[in-house]
Amino acid sequence: MQEMMLAKAKELLQSGAVQRVLGWQTGEFVYDITPAVFTSAEEMDEKFVYSDFCGNNLSKYLIKESRKEGKILVFLKPCDTYSFNQLIKEHRIVRENVYVVGVPCEGKTDGETLKAKGIKGILGIKAEGDNFVVETLYGEKTIAKADALPERCLNCKSKKHMVYDELLGEEGEVLDSHRFDMVEKLENMTPDERFEFWRGELSRCIRCNACRNVCPACSCEKCVFDNDNSGIAQKAAADSFEEKMFHIIRAFHVAGRCTDCGECSRVCPQNIPLHLLNRKFIKDINTFYGDFQAGEDTESRAPLTNYTKGDVEPSIVYHKGGKN
Amino acid sequence: MFKLPVEKLSALFAAVAGKEALYIPADDASGQARYQRWHEGMEMTHALNTVRSAKDFFFPQTENLVDFKVKGKEIEIIDPRTEHEDFVIFGVRACDARSFTVLDKVFLADPVDSYYKSRREHGTIVTLACTHPEETCFCSVFGIDPAQPEGDARCWMDEKNLYIEAVTEKGEAFVASVKDQLAEGGEEEVAAQQKATRAVVEKLPLHKLSLEGFGGENMLKLFNSDKWAGLSQSCLGCGTCTFVCPTCQCYDIRDFNTGDGVVRFRCWDSCMYSDFTKMSAGNPRLTQLERFRQRFMHKLVYFPANNNGEYGCVGCGRCLAKCPISMNIVKVAKTLAEEVR
Repeated sequence: MQEMMLAKAKELLQSGAVQRVLGWQTGEFVYDITPAVFTSAEEMDEKFVYSDFCGNNLSKYLIKESRKEGKILVFLKPCDTYSFNQLIKEHRIVRENVYVVGVPCEGKTDGETLKAKGIKGILGIKAEGDNFVVETLYGEKTIAKADALPERCLNCKSKKHMVYDELLGEEGEVLDSHRFDMVEKLENMTPDERFEFWRGELSRCIRCNACRNVCPACSCEKCVFDNDNSGIAQKAAADSFEEKMFHIIRAFHVAGRCTDCGECSRVCPQNIPLHLLNRKFIKDINTFYGDFQAGEDTESRAPLTNYTKGDVEPSIVYHKGGKN
Repeated sequence: MFKLPVEKLSALFAAVAGKEALYIPADDASGQARYQRWHEGMEMTHALNTVRSAKDFFFPQTENLVDFKVKGKEIEIIDPRTEHEDFVIFGVRACDARSFTVLDKVFLADPVDSYYKSRREHGTIVTLACTHPEETCFCSVFGIDPAQPEGDARCWMDEKNLYIEAVTEKGEAFVASVKDQLAEGGEEEVAAQQKATRAVVEKLPLHKLSLEGFGGENMLKLFNSDKWAGLSQSCLGCGTCTFVCPTCQCYDIRDFNTGDGVVRFRCWDSCMYSDFTKMSAGNPRLTQLERFRQRFMHKLVYFPANNNGEYGCVGCGRCLAKCPISMNIVKVAKTLAEEVR
């Protein structure tokens, strides 16, 4: 696939159809991939990569990149296309300046996930059938690909691209995932148990803002938490409640717009399962307004920004909230 | 040198905890290692290092500096500090142990930061040698030997025993306080383990990272390099690298309005943030390129220029593991090396 992508990018750069290419570049190790903009074939030959470690969602970079002069080619995995569509719907990306090339994805792993499985001192990695064979400082280790994938890929919602100008490889299907199972488990807890769960998770937050900054739905020019004039600007939590406030306000703000790409949980240095907050909103929207997937299209009105006579009444809050 | 069978480690911890607060790196409910106050039944983590560094003990993420209480036209000024309790941090790695000397150069230089100093005085650091460094480790670049960590006292551990030796006066006192549990010996076992660890260090992919040319002598050449644009292009502007870093020491001081007064606190700040060192005219660094450049110039150029060539990095590798876009000091140093060689 990498060879096909390289050939396509070089062809379009050469013909002048695009001036820049947004993709991934190699690092020091096999897994430390960085998003990058390439402007020449030579640069791409030297650094461009598409591997099992290219997890970064590139859509958000297009907010800036699509406003620059000329046209940019972007490689989007199926789940990245949802974010792209959502940003188009919110008028954040200049569509005519972008050439979208859809690329297939079999799930993306990362160094942290491999290390959590006990693989230390990673020097190299080879995909062999359904396994990764990892060369480490302490000998060769084999791990099944399925075991090496993070939660978001194990519960992949779609291998189908929602948008592209051109597709490389085979198109996949929208999948029946188990992504709401954990939300259901949380719903079935008592309020006290659930509070304990979230207190335990969120108390680890160091307010690095990585979740917010990577989130394609968090595209405000100036976040309220960075704005001194808002009165609630904060660089650090004054108490443990504020940590919860930051994440809960953020979850509310992206409700109905979050496509469940899972970048928030991928980047969290403290491994907080932040995606569960967003999934709760998605699940509730599905329940109360009918199935809705943000980023599926660029035209439809989202349930929370639309009004129909059938909308639930606010009093619904008294009837939900799980077990007592 | 003294030794103690590993199955007696809990008894050793109990003895220490009976006298002063003891902190060890242990796994939390999420399976990640962090320093926690020891209690009966708590076991040391098997992870190489904690997610957050040990700097938290001396430079916590938030800390109240002074309280003001307003009553009519009177303002009462309250020092919120209480006498700090003595504490022991057990299991600090060589990289984090060196980070304290980097932080000391900032906080103990004139004017001395009395909040930091008080914690340093009350803390005893017991280090633990590494045996299985990760590919992200590059402490050896800074002259740190993971098999012979600094600290008040240092330990080695193998499958059978914990070995311990005192390094400073504080360390002597620590070892003396638990001496009744220890037996003499262990020199040979420690030497063998050190040899094995140093052989792994030789094989580490970043072992030969060169910082030649970094420092004050090439300041402008590095500052004006056109390579910063490419290096910083994907930076999210989050504070992950800063907050997991054992040597990042910038902070902000803010006032919190309590309704009848003010709590003045300080909290970690990050040069990656848009409101870092904000003044009346705004942030002096308008773009992410400038903010990104500041962080690495500080560690690789400004800090050594002001501290006899000592870098503001100890090679712990946390930023390599945690950066959401995998951009880090190693990539920066390697890319900029072309400018100075």
